[in-house]
Amino acid sequence: MKTIEQIHAEALTAIETASDIETLKELKIAYLGRKGAITGFLKTIAQLPPKERPLAGKKANAVKKELDTIIKNALQKTQDALASQTDALDVSLPGRSVARGALHPITQINREICAIFSKLGFDVVEGPEVETDYYNFEALNIPRNHPARDMQDTFYVSSDIVLRTHTSPTQPRVMEKQPPPVRIIAPGKVFRCDSDLTHTPMFHQVEGLLVDEGVSFGDLKGVLTTFVHQMFDEETSLRFRPSFFPFTEPSAEVDIRCVICRGTGCRVCSHTGWLEVLGSGMVHPAVFENVDYDPDKYSGFAFGMGVERIAMLKFGINDIRKFFENDLRFLSQF
Amino acid sequence: MKASSSWLKKYTDIDQNADELAEALTMLGLEVEAVSDRYDFLNTVIVSRVNSVTPHPNADRLKLCLADIGDQVLSVVCGAPNVAEGMLCACVLPGTMLPDKTVVKEGVIRGERSEAMLCSQSELGLGDDHKGVWELNSGLTVGVSLKEALDLADPVFEIDLTPNRPDCLSMIGVAREIAALHQGRVKLPVIKLPKATLLPGAIKELTSVTIEDPDLCPRYVARLVFDIQVAPSPFWLQDHLRSVGLNPINNIVDITNFVMLETGQPLHAFDHDRLAENRIVVRRAEQNETFTTLDNKEHVLTDDMLLICDGEKAVAIGGVMGGLNSEIEANTTRVLIESACFNPVSIRKTSKTLGMNTDASHRFERGVDPNGQVFAANRAAQLIAEIGKGQLIKGIVDEYPAPVTSKLIRLNTEAANRRLGVHLSTAQITEYLESIEFKVKEVDTNSLKVMPPSFRVDISRFEDLTEEIARLCGYNTIATTFPLIPGEARSLNPAIVLRNRIKDLLNGFGFSEAITYSFIGGSSYDSLRLEPNDPRRKAVGVLNPISEEQNVMRTTLIPGLLGAMQHNLLQQNKNLKLFEIGSVFMHADNNDGLPDEIEILAGLQTGLRTARNWQTSAQDSDFYDIKGALEALFNHLGVANVKFTSQPSELCHYVRPGHTARILIKDEVIGQAGEVHPDVLRNYDLKQTAFIFEIDIQRLTPHLPETVEFQPITKFPAIARDVTLIVGREKEAGDLLKTVADTGENLVENVQLLDIFTGDSIPNDQKSVSFRIIYRSAEKTLDDETINRLHAKIADKLRRSFDASFQTR
Repeated sequence: MKTIEQIHAEALTAIETASDIETLKELKIAYLGRKGAITGFLKTIAQLPPKERPLAGKKANAVKKELDTIIKNALQKTQDALASQTDALDVSLPGRSVARGALHPITQINREICAIFSKLGFDVVEGPEVETDYYNFEALNIPRNHPARDMQDTFYVSSDIVLRTHTSPTQPRVMEKQPPPVRIIAPGKVFRCDSDLTHTPMFHQVEGLLVDEGVSFGDLKGVLTTFVHQMFDEETSLRFRPSFFPFTEPSAEVDIRCVICRGTGCRVCSHTGWLEVLGSGMVHPAVFENVDYDPDKYSGFAFGMGVERIAMLKFGINDIRKFFENDLRFLSQF
Repeated sequence: MKASSSWLKKYTDIDQNADELAEALTMLGLEVEAVSDRYDFLNTVIVSRVNSVTPHPNADRLKLCLADIGDQVLSVVCGAPNVAEGMLCACVLPGTMLPDKTVVKEGVIRGERSEAMLCSQSELGLGDDHKGVWELNSGLTVGVSLKEALDLADPVFEIDLTPNRPDCLSMIGVAREIAALHQGRVKLPVIKLPKATLLPGAIKELTSVTIEDPDLCPRYVARLVFDIQVAPSPFWLQDHLRSVGLNPINNIVDITNFVMLETGQPLHAFDHDRLAENRIVVRRAEQNETFTTLDNKEHVLTDDMLLICDGEKAVAIGGVMGGLNSEIEANTTRVLIESACFNPVSIRKTSKTLGMNTDASHRFERGVDPNGQVFAANRAAQLIAEIGKGQLIKGIVDEYPAPVTSKLIRLNTEAANRRLGVHLSTAQITEYLESIEFKVKEVDTNSLKVMPPSFRVDISRFEDLTEEIARLCGYNTIATTFPLIPGEARSLNPAIVLRNRIKDLLNGFGFSEAITYSFIGGSSYDSLRLEPNDPRRKAVGVLNPISEEQNVMRTTLIPGLLGAMQHNLLQQNKNLKLFEIGSVFMHADNNDGLPDEIEILAGLQTGLRTARNWQTSAQDSDFYDIKGALEALFNHLGVANVKFTSQPSELCHYVRPGHTARILIKDEVIGQAGEVHPDVLRNYDLKQTAFIFEIDIQRLTPHLPETVEFQPITKFPAIARDVTLIVGREKEAGDLLKTVADTGENLVENVQLLDIFTGDSIPNDQKSVSFRIIYRSAEKTLDDETINRLHAKIADKLRRSFDASFQTR
């Protein structure tokens, strides 16, 4: 005759070693069934002295309850394991696809430029694409029949209306409406009557203007240096060289160390080690006079850059026309 | 503008090597685009020894030579009489381009192979001698290139001049900048006029100049040289012209070109004998007057153009081009040299109108030195008299009705330092300005009076002087500073914020962003089947488009998207979801003459919604894909009350009737969405259908919620009741659902459309619509009684409003 402790210990070992559902079910019958070991033990209680019966009964019932739980759990576990095995997934199959869109690289670069200047305290404004000759040229100190008009091949809508050739008309437009100080950038589409391997008749520029008292050419250098370091990296050095824009004086072209070859010379920089990325300068007093700002009191700087140019450098795109074909295989890369 | 080192060195020393000089000029504002050595072709011209000379078997005048070029011996057929055994001569290897642009080739001459060419000094552009092969100094080493052997180098700088620097459209001008680099002064050519003759008289007796329009011609200088001989120019003159890419013509023309390139002052030489009455009259052209220029082209002139005339007729378009009727010919003996100053604006207009951009007009329209005419006339007179072996006529005509006065500019050096962000002393500033020939007078310690030289027509005010100071001290020496920017709160531009949000949402819905041109072809509006009087046809036209495909500003974004679709289909990208946000340009009667620019969101979906994969079969996109995207967009933006209703077919031009929705918010149309009309697909040669949408962002904007207000989440249970009703087919489900919601006394939380069914027992013109109404109260658990009453009320409303019959389940 086994004691309840013996039955308990035997059962635990048996359950522990049981490896399949059938064995567990058999064990359940063997221990907990109507003819099982525990039932058998319970039947023997009657033969015990009456004093011992309650304790023995209590013990037996506790063991019965415990074994019941253990077997149930073991059964569940074994069943789960089996189920996971039979309906296992091929996790390498492609997932249910979620359509992916892409923002145009121009939008992405535009946002990056605007974010940098926003952090520097510039507001973002916009102007019309179809522009008056006045704002596009005259207000910017580019009179009719001035050779500087040759610097930009202009699309004309009428003798007085053009497709803006640069984002610079936003300068007089903003200054006419507000007194200094002015700190704006103006992204937008511009148009030049030029179409070949390296030119599209429409492209994007971002204009910048800062006007206040005591603004210097050194400040222009500071702001543009910060911008280039943010846009590219701190190692990208800049070079400012004299140039000519009718609406700035002094004027400067801004070259950056070629981001491709780092200055050793490559095809992208025409082996000069430098890339022209920005036009800039101190606002010409004639521009201030046109918007009734006092050139003796205020000074400022303006700059402009081509967005495609920067996107091409950042992404390594070698054909500007790709921006406007809207080929999905192009767009989805960004 | 090309400038050769050899020519520049006539007027200045050059300390740097070519690359250093190019860099220095670029940093001074004269951007050097390219440097090339014009003697580079001599790298493939080799010092060779003639080993043997034998007669050519098939030609008396030709000889067969064996030329030793060091590492090999070449057979060369040569026609020069002086070629002799043992002599050293220049052997041109095949592939070499000679100064006259001919390329030497290997070939067979009268049956004999010739592997190279032995050439003369003049063929190499290195001298006058063209009589035979050039016998080289016997001390040279055989096999060495001629460039190395003769140590020839002449770097030529290609300078991209900005329009403000016409003074540098000349060798002297560029040399002046180079001289300033090392604080030197440019050396002007010394003009020694040959003794002038008084026979046949003084100049005033032989010619006269009358300026009738001094506003267009402020100055006209003339000199005469008689008894000249027109002939080829001497080598040095030809060589100078060739060094900057000009072809020599004859001594007189070459001299006018030479002096123009030297001084920047364009000149013209007239045949004095062909001038009627031997005199010059400067006047405006008559309207529609015709004139034939020396390139033999006839031009119709307008009355704001300037003509140079003789006593009877026009002989030149002033500052642009001379006439056929007075040009120098082989037998010309008497020359009138014109050295004038013309109004830049007038010259520019004339040259633009006539489409003639000449070296002269290029300089005049940018502005020549108003005091440079006499110097240039004398320089040319000297050279013509010397080279053309002529007699200089005594005296000069100088018609200068309104002499220019020198500008005096006040320069406050403190203000200049402030503007640039530098700390230059007044002495330093004076030195910089004087280095480029500005006259500087100190008024007091911080104040200068500056007189720019007359050739600097671009300098007129204080700020111009600051640029001169900055470029001379070097932009890169100016310290980097940062402007004072107050830390004030600034609001973002709401239009840009909204645009960015829409872009991000559509991007999230799987749409890719397209950017198409703002101009499209005018014929697009035909392709879109727009009615003749459709306002979108009243597009803003471009007067000078690059092509007919880009000749009007768009009034809809759809042609751009269809074009993008076309491109993608050709690339086998057949499943597309594209969107674009951009302006359309609507004709308007604005005071400034500008069109209204309206920001539009447009999209296109075509091909498969889902490609075939291991889970599902391929599914075509349909109308409900773009509608779903728009609903999700409006939902995200918080725009409520958006209604999609059938677009009346008379408004369906490029969209398919019955398959297109107009989109309204509170009865205002904000856009449309639908399938592209089959005719339009054909017009764009598209072989698969597409679904498009257009939303006017400006009309959408007022409906955006300013704030989001939290609605408490009710704890009371929802109760669902399903309804199936039968209505006429034309009834829109959207109206049914809206009526249910509106009639629901704020207790209808949601109405879900479960099924639309036609056919079977349903009459042909009817359809069965099933939907589930979810009732819920924010205040209490709804009892059956309330719901039954409400349900009955809704049923009654539907029955009356939609003529519906139905059963409640």
